[in-house]
Amino acid sequence: MIPLLHTLYFGAFLFTIGLMIILIKKSLVMMLIGLELMLNAANVNLVAFNQMYPASISGQMFALFIVVVAVCETAIGLAIVLHVYKMHNTSVPEEISELKG
Amino acid sequence: MKFVEILYYFFMLSAGVSAAMILFTENLFRAVLLLLIVLLSVAGIYVMSFAEFLAVTQILIYAGGVVVVILFGIMLTSKTSGTALTVKNTNVFSAALLGCLLIYLLIRLLTKDFSNAQTEPLDFNSIRETGINLMTSHLLAFEVAAILLLVTLIGAAVISSGNKNSIVK
Repeated sequence: MIPLLHTLYFGAFLFTIGLMIILIKKSLVMMLIGLELMLNAANVNLVAFNQMYPASISGQMFALFIVVVAVCETAIGLAIVLHVYKMHNTSVPEEISELKG
Repeated sequence: MKFVEILYYFFMLSAGVSAAMILFTENLFRAVLLLLIVLLSVAGIYVMSFAEFLAVTQILIYAGGVVVVILFGIMLTSKTSGTALTVKNTNVFSAALLGCLLIYLLIRLLTKDFSNAQTEPLDFNSIRETGINLMTSHLLAFEVAAILLLVTLIGAAVISSGNKNSIVK
């Protein structure tokens, strides 16, 4: 038997890595990758808790809708990145400084 | 140790190591390929947790769709040709500090002794239950998700089309 705690530790690790990628990397596409990791960590937690009551699959249903929303967010995010690249000719967040005084 | 448990820990290990390697690599293209390994390993964890439908969705949508879309985004937003796509790091010290603090807090919070995960085969079909739930108790959420997908489709096309009249500058 696998302790549920190990899966939860794994989810916490994946979430922290995703957050650190968003904070550290200087690229908009890389920040989207970090976001995907964080959403996957949340899904792993939901599926793990679903195993406490395997007969009701509410956790899996919730994770399914999170996947749908995550895909929408990636598509819109990449469209915005492409538009920003067209306007500023860069995808590094620090160099997009039109609104800075 | 049973074979199922070995597989479970193997998927966790490969996902964790690949995620950590995304953090340390500076090559954008390699980061996307490592993301693919993480997503496939998470799909493996779903299979081990009796979430078969979710695992198939993960492989189809994430590994088949999101990774390809991100690759297109990289190709369309890179100036260089022939050289490796490197990404610079910033705020390394403060981010590492915040990451250590967050994982310490999360592990301290997870002190409750949860029951063990189910590894014995179940006596019901989870895919069948998912289909029935989608058409009965989760029907409203299902329809809202469909509308959200339609809005996303139109929105992404409009934002990236570059038509000056349709975009607020």
